[in-house]
Amino acid sequence: MSAILASIGYSHWALHVLIVLPLVGIIPILVGPVAAARRVALFVTVVEFIVSMGLWWGFAPTAGMQFVSSTPWIPRLGVSYSVGIDGISLFMVLLSTALMPLAVLSSFTYITKHERAYYAFLLAQLVGMVGCFIATDLFVFYVFFEVLLIPMYFLIGIWGGANRLYAAIKFFIYTIFGSLLMLVAILAMVWRIGAQTGTLSFSYEHLLTNAAQVGPLAPWLFAAFALAFAIKVPIFPFHTWLPDAHVEAPTAGSVLLAGVLLKIGTYGFLRFAVPFFPQVAHDPFVSRLIVVLAVIGIIYGALVALVQPDFKKLVAYSSVSHLGFVMLGIWGGTVQSVQGSLMVMISHGLSTGALFFLIGMLYERRHTREIAAYGGIARVIPVFGIILTVVALSSIGLPGLNGFVGEFLVLLGSFGNHPVATIIATTGVIFAAAYLLWAIQRVLFNRLDKPENERLTDLNPRELIVLLPLVAGIVWLGLFPGPVLRRMEPAARHFVEITQPVPGSTGAASVAEVRP
Amino acid sequence: MTLSLLAHAENAGGAVPGAIGLVWLLVALPLAGFLINGALSLWSPRAKSAVSVVGAAVLIGSFVLSVLIFLQLRQAPPEAPYIVRLWTWLPVDALQVQFAFQVDQLSSVMLLVITGVGSLIHLFSVGYMRSDEGYARYFAYLNLFVVFMLVLVLGSSMPLMFIGWEGVGLCSYLLIGFWFTEKANADAGKKAFIVNRIGDFGFLVAMFMIWNAAGSLDFPAVVHWAETNPALAGGGLVTAITLFLFLGCTGKSAQIPLYVWLPDAMAGPTPVSALIHAATMVTAGVYLVVRLSVLFAMAPFTSAVVAGVGALTALFAATIGLRQYDIKKVLAYSTVSQLGYMFLGVGTGAYASGIFHLVTHAFFKALLFLGAGSVIHAMHHAYHATHSHADAQDMRNMGGLRAAMPWTFAFMLIATLAISGIPPFSGFFSKDEILAGAFARGAENPIFYVYYGMGVLAALLTAFYMARLMTMTFLGTSRTGEAERPHLHEAPWIMTGPLLVLALLSLAGGLINLPPLWGGGAGLEHWLDPVTAPAAGYFRIEAPHGQTEYFLVGAAVAIGLIGLIWGYLATSRRRTVPAQDSAADTGFWRVLAHKYYVDEIYDAVIVRPLVWLSRVLLWRVVDQGIVDGMAVNGSAKISRGLGWIGSRLQTGQVGIYVVFFLVGALWILRVVSG
Repeated sequence: MSAILASIGYSHWALHVLIVLPLVGIIPILVGPVAAARRVALFVTVVEFIVSMGLWWGFAPTAGMQFVSSTPWIPRLGVSYSVGIDGISLFMVLLSTALMPLAVLSSFTYITKHERAYYAFLLAQLVGMVGCFIATDLFVFYVFFEVLLIPMYFLIGIWGGANRLYAAIKFFIYTIFGSLLMLVAILAMVWRIGAQTGTLSFSYEHLLTNAAQVGPLAPWLFAAFALAFAIKVPIFPFHTWLPDAHVEAPTAGSVLLAGVLLKIGTYGFLRFAVPFFPQVAHDPFVSRLIVVLAVIGIIYGALVALVQPDFKKLVAYSSVSHLGFVMLGIWGGTVQSVQGSLMVMISHGLSTGALFFLIGMLYERRHTREIAAYGGIARVIPVFGIILTVVALSSIGLPGLNGFVGEFLVLLGSFGNHPVATIIATTGVIFAAAYLLWAIQRVLFNRLDKPENERLTDLNPRELIVLLPLVAGIVWLGLFPGPVLRRMEPAARHFVEITQPVPGSTGAASVAEVRP
Repeated sequence: MTLSLLAHAENAGGAVPGAIGLVWLLVALPLAGFLINGALSLWSPRAKSAVSVVGAAVLIGSFVLSVLIFLQLRQAPPEAPYIVRLWTWLPVDALQVQFAFQVDQLSSVMLLVITGVGSLIHLFSVGYMRSDEGYARYFAYLNLFVVFMLVLVLGSSMPLMFIGWEGVGLCSYLLIGFWFTEKANADAGKKAFIVNRIGDFGFLVAMFMIWNAAGSLDFPAVVHWAETNPALAGGGLVTAITLFLFLGCTGKSAQIPLYVWLPDAMAGPTPVSALIHAATMVTAGVYLVVRLSVLFAMAPFTSAVVAGVGALTALFAATIGLRQYDIKKVLAYSTVSQLGYMFLGVGTGAYASGIFHLVTHAFFKALLFLGAGSVIHAMHHAYHATHSHADAQDMRNMGGLRAAMPWTFAFMLIATLAISGIPPFSGFFSKDEILAGAFARGAENPIFYVYYGMGVLAALLTAFYMARLMTMTFLGTSRTGEAERPHLHEAPWIMTGPLLVLALLSLAGGLINLPPLWGGGAGLEHWLDPVTAPAAGYFRIEAPHGQTEYFLVGAAVAIGLIGLIWGYLATSRRRTVPAQDSAADTGFWRVLAHKYYVDEIYDAVIVRPLVWLSRVLLWRVVDQGIVDGMAVNGSAKISRGLGWIGSRLQTGQVGIYVVFFLVGALWILRVVSG
């Protein structure tokens, strides 16, 4: 396979095509007939996914950036259009390109107004997502980071539910607040390092190598990055935009939000905040704070999910819980915990994405997401019931399915450095079972006592095409995570090595001493 | 060091000879059954014959293979387990978890029980579930259960065992809630899963601790680590690990304080109760203790806890069993109680005795449940014929069934004698060994005398409630009703056949570990030696000899007989009336009938406060009130106020704001970069 890829020069153009293709795809959508918009979008996103699959085979499991390319953009400011991927971003790119065709396909009947604009925004969203994950220049990253915001704002604000404007504005202001802080931090960092080294550059490599030059600014810069990403993740107590955004967003918006956008927060920690400022990140106070917030997120998210009457809100809060595992793993300080975090990021994308799709399908049939409006419908729509059950079990972390792999590795890897926090976090497996099993019982099982539910139609072929790839991924990653784990291992090990505070250096406690 | 051990354990690489090398097929067969029956349940639910053939045949195939594996092991019993690798499951740095199966003396015994008893129960189900509309789905779940149960006992590492461990819990959940349109059934399934998850939390934490300390989660490596670090014995680490493991056991094996899900689990079809909630899944905790017996042996405190919880559960559950009227509930509490015996056994260090009782219990309890199923089947059909809505499981509605169901009566009588510890039935030997072990340990730690006493008392109550069950069900006069009586009849051969086989096993099962006193060679105990050997060094059980031994045996038999006679007399002399005419119990009987109100207490102390905390405090107050209301929307209000002031000063054009932002940003930059 890699020979075929090499013969077509794949590594030279792949990442550029991934950015350009959706951009170009927007044109025929906007100028073409309305009826064709969704098919064009589907075509473009499927091609995008096929192109991205080459990354899987072309990727060599080593630590550094691959598929790199760099073109000067604003030389005066040291900005170049630089892209590349490593074992961390590879799977984020694949997750984005894999979810997008499904998101398009799921919108076919859900979206009935302004279709051209809708699909154009979806493609713009794809550009932003892929761009964020492949950017190796902080200016480029920032641009894509902002690009991400706008399509989602409109997706929620135009195609959302009754309270969509409140949710959209809340989402926008929250995120832009963080990202502006991050911009300031990026500028300060570039400026400062430029002054110290004599090279003004936004290059990730350059900044990473010389990050120590920021000196006493480090805590402030870390704080700005961390806040921006913490809002995205979201970490408790910055999470309240999420349930609102999810509930109001159209299905595809929720899927992309949970599946990919939240991961940009955790990705930011893995790529920027922690590697730039490891001494700050592993300062006993900071480390303790993040670990405590992560554990609060796990438990709090699960408990609040337990009592949600709205199924979508329930899943939204469950995301807070799952992302807490990711944060714990990033600070777990071992290869296992970091790879666990990456696996949770992927698994959460699949299972929560699937949950949102399923809820959307139910909503299309009954126009309600109230759990109490259902009950006993597994009798009426058994295929839906089976898929919802499998996906819920994946989200619960049933071993043999994908969710377990990540959670297990996070907890196993974090235990050595944060034993108490890990034990508390492990109780999350109990609460996860409680909220999801209770929810699916009230939806699928119990007495079929609402006459409206008696004539529900089971999933149609289009819906099955949306869901079955996710179910396949859920089972495949649960039983055979090896190929994925092996590809990300060098990058994870590299992350652990560069963020491991050097013993004896100032302000850095050895991770092993940091116990909450 | 560890690696070289593993290489040795694998018996020269991947090429494992003979039937053992085919052990994957053992799992693949029921997996195929699950897939086929699952597909049939969706597309052709009426193809009941195909479902029956597939569902039962895969199990019988697995049983044949299990026998072959056992015979191969017997020919040349290995010192170290055979490891059959399939693929690398979790490769992360130093953690390399293989998807690999471990075949040794212990897992081979479990394989025989699971596939053997499992086959019989699958056959029984063909008759029992025949008229159910979810027939294909039922067999799909049942096959899937066997897959996970086999993974549980075959898994060569803790994470892989955990796949089976949680997987059987999943199938239990699905089968308890099989008739999911009744809320009570769905509730029971959910309760089982969640309560089990509390135990699984313990299993997980134990894994983290072991990984941190031993650097591996493979069973051979963990055992090797324990063997090479004898200084850890009695220390906090091993004690903590084993206590967390035991928490896992109390969930899966329904011990105090997590036993509460098992009685509710009776909501599932009766053959499920026989297979999952009596013979196999619920014994997984006992299996786990024996699998890691060296760790438990190194933690005397934990072992005493295990034995104590076991003894207490045995007694506690037996008292509840005295006053249940639902025939399955009696058997459910009986199962909890008998599992308590097994933990008493492994807690005293009599690991082989624990497994011995596990095996004999699988025979006689599966027989009791299937017998009860046969009774319920008959009652249900009778009520169905007369359109009565009376409870087909309430023993107060039975009585005198012996006439209609002589075979079922005879078979269940054998099981009753076995569980009551009457020689020469199988349960006598296994229970006696456990009690003798506890008694022997008393010499060094008097608390074990107390455990012994509790075990003996529980044995008395066991015989009592079993005699009560048999008397109420089969003896005396019929309380079923005139109209129904002609419709009561014996089950078809596909159901009584398995009962016959189980009856023979309940009768003769003691032979597998017949003690020297009775002219046997303690076969099972010696068979398990390679597995329990690492634990053996930590304490010795001086089996009672001579007069003491005779006295103990005599006492055990006497207790069983007294219990049976007392139970028979007490039940037959009282006039039992049908359920609808019965008055509610009073006094302590009422407490027993309500199972000491444990469910109500858990609900009031844990469940409802937790939901209240989540709904009112966390969601309404913290989330919506403080974080969102005050902090987020509050700051929005403040900025709106500032904006109003700003709008007085500015034109309100966006461009101005951008300029202001840039000026501000540059100013900050200047300040911070000094």
